[in-house]
Amino acid sequence: MLKLVVNGKQHELDVDPDTPLLWVLRDNLNLTGTKYGCGIAQCGACTVHMNGQPVRSCMTPVSEVKDFDITTIEGLSENSSNPVQLAWIEEDVPQCGYCQSGQIMVAVALLRRKANPTDADINAAMTNICRCGTYTRIRKAIHNAAANQQS
Amino acid sequence: MVLTRRDFLGNSLMTGLTVAGGMMISFHVPAKARPFKPYASKGAELNAWLIIESDNTITIRVAQAEMGQGVFTSLPMIIADELEADWRTVRVEYADANRSLAEGRVYKRMLTGSSAAVRSSMPYLQQAGAQAREKMIKAAAEKWQVEPGECYADYGSIYHKPSRQKVTYGEIAGAAALVSVANVKIKTSESFSLIGVDTPRVDTPAKVNGSAVFGMDIRIEGMVYAAVVHCPVLGGTVRSFRYNAIRNMPGVLQAVRMKSGIAVVAKSFWQAKTAAEKLVVQWDIGPEGKTYSETFRREYSAALNEAGTIVEEEGEVVAEMEAADKRIESDYLVPYLAHACMEPLNCTVSVKPDRVDVWAGLQDPESALKAAAEESGVAAENVYVHNCFLGGGFGRRANDDFVREAVQIAREVDSPVQMIWSREDDIRQGQYRPMASMRFKAGFDLNRNVVAYTNHSVAHSILKDIGAPLENGIDKASLEGLANIPYALGPKKITHTIRNTHMSSWWWRSVGNSQNVFARECFVDEMAAKANMDPYAFRKKYLSHRPDLIAVLQEVADKSQWGRGVPGGHAQGIAIHQSFGTTVAQVAEVSVTDDGKVKVHRVVSVVDCGNLVNPLTAEMQIESAIIFGLSAALFGKITIEKGRVLEDNFDTYRVLSLSETPVIETHWLLSGGENWGGLGEPGLPCVAPAVINAIYGITRRRIRSLPVSDYFLQPA
Repeated sequence: MLKLVVNGKQHELDVDPDTPLLWVLRDNLNLTGTKYGCGIAQCGACTVHMNGQPVRSCMTPVSEVKDFDITTIEGLSENSSNPVQLAWIEEDVPQCGYCQSGQIMVAVALLRRKANPTDADINAAMTNICRCGTYTRIRKAIHNAAANQQS
Repeated sequence: MVLTRRDFLGNSLMTGLTVAGGMMISFHVPAKARPFKPYASKGAELNAWLIIESDNTITIRVAQAEMGQGVFTSLPMIIADELEADWRTVRVEYADANRSLAEGRVYKRMLTGSSAAVRSSMPYLQQAGAQAREKMIKAAAEKWQVEPGECYADYGSIYHKPSRQKVTYGEIAGAAALVSVANVKIKTSESFSLIGVDTPRVDTPAKVNGSAVFGMDIRIEGMVYAAVVHCPVLGGTVRSFRYNAIRNMPGVLQAVRMKSGIAVVAKSFWQAKTAAEKLVVQWDIGPEGKTYSETFRREYSAALNEAGTIVEEEGEVVAEMEAADKRIESDYLVPYLAHACMEPLNCTVSVKPDRVDVWAGLQDPESALKAAAEESGVAAENVYVHNCFLGGGFGRRANDDFVREAVQIAREVDSPVQMIWSREDDIRQGQYRPMASMRFKAGFDLNRNVVAYTNHSVAHSILKDIGAPLENGIDKASLEGLANIPYALGPKKITHTIRNTHMSSWWWRSVGNSQNVFARECFVDEMAAKANMDPYAFRKKYLSHRPDLIAVLQEVADKSQWGRGVPGGHAQGIAIHQSFGTTVAQVAEVSVTDDGKVKVHRVVSVVDCGNLVNPLTAEMQIESAIIFGLSAALFGKITIEKGRVLEDNFDTYRVLSLSETPVIETHWLLSGGENWGGLGEPGLPCVAPAVINAIYGITRRRIRSLPVSDYFLQPA
């Protein structure tokens, strides 16, 4: 049995320890907000937080995260109240929306690290792929979230 | 969210959430076979498009797929505007393909494509909203014993003007469902209340907290998972496979032979995928296994010398070309491209002897329904397709290949099955934007006026792939952007050759325009150079008979400060095209680094789509098409070696990143009238030529094949 803390809840799971965290979240815990996009840690759609740090869960074996607190998009806030989520709504960032859980998780971690990120900081941190091309709105929403957090 | 068997058989699945203002987004998964009855358990169905409940909640149905382009907002806006609804009380659900087939296609066009959601459905959605409004007015007038002409609808209530009586939609809808009205008038544009107003997307709240349900998020009680093993060469078939070697791997339940490969079914997707990677399959591969991109390129170039089928011929083009003082000739080439939607293709299917259920993100639920009926042997009337949010579509999800595979698997399995293609399957398993080559020739007189123009193109035909009839031996989609060109270039001849390979082809965002406008608009710049003219001035001269295009062209020159100077090392490029009822002109500002990297700094667009439903989502579509077009222009290609596709994931099939995204400015120049031009695709075709024409300004090199990353570039 493998013990896992996800969104503040403890789980005991009977899974192969090599299973990527992504599939444990989706198939065992039914937390489907975290997405499969590439399976090789390229696109970032699977991003979750491990003790607050963004990780790409598609290449992270579940055995490696058993001592960490995992946060997924579902556990980010009550009622979508995280400033990043609010900024995403304000800017109407998502189009198809499939990559946006991952984008938001990376943006939240960025703002924890840098309360007022520059465009260069955003370029460096936001390496997640969006095929709908919502990048311009993502950048604006991060700046807005930073401003809202400070006011 | 887990759908239990009881929910599945019982009533409906609401995965909606209430957000500020009371807007609800829901997926309504109809349960029992009850195609002739309204789906909402409560409330009055005023027509197939809308239901009003006693608490004033209005459910509006959408027949097109929400794949990011905003139809869950724009199409209900059209109905709600006529309905005089309180927009805050509107929620949205998919229209049902099963019902549409059962009721004489009550939802009309359910295919999402050709940038046609608004263009094709505007009149009948307006009619649906107006009809429901008039029914409620008539019912209220009957209730009050007054003349309907003295009553009016406003913001969710019916009023009797003289007596100031009022009844809400929720109160009158039940009676209104029983009356009939005829010859209902729809509004004229000056009385629109919602149409034309920036309206936040109804799907945004569910897309920022993980609750939006995509095909891959469907969970059915008892569901198992399937991973697929496809032949690395398209069209190859299974000779044999060794199931025994994987049958004892964890979670593995069974293997199913599909027409196109083998599916490994397991308790979890990871178990299925791990076992599928270990499965040894012997394939029967024909001569396709000896093909290469390079060979295709040579064949497509050689075919440019063929006479081809005549598409257009005007004037004495041969004589004029021979008599010309100067001539230029250029060949262009574009590769196959994958769609690479963010959500890899997937489909969940339950097959029972008398009923099939399909859950997936689908651009064509009716074709999926028919495909599921064919593959399962269950009558179409007992097949139910439950559309989901699409994690990208771009044309790819209008194909039913993945639905057929999922049904072939599910009919052999006792439980519902969710089939997921890996990203590698998604990029390697076909349905590509066609490969094409084009040759352009232009003749000039002594004063450098264009006096003759010819174009021959060679392309992989989508229609031929699917066995659809060709009109005079022509696939019109292959000629979008090459036939009926707007420029007045004198005598001209347009010819075409169809050349298909073993690769499969399919619609890709903006279809033929995506490849042809690149080549045509780059050649226009080549003509301008030969004529010693500025590319903008050249376009103005040869489009002078088209004031509609000139207006857009002048506006983009103005907004981009064309020719008024850019920073050192930068250059501008321009392109214009009309497609899907919409004219787009773009100016790109570009630089090239010393190590050969192209940096796109700014893309300015001017768009005339006539009229707009939701300016917010319209602008998002232009931004989206620019990024999609830039990815293709700069990086996009599918490479074939020994019949196999080399690219397999986002590391080898590169797409644009946030840090590479230019400043995007979109300006509307709306000509009004009756035109409601498309928006999902028309922003794409001009971006490649605008960028490449700008690259010429820096490097003095003509890029005539894509992607740009194949070239080693240096500032001149």
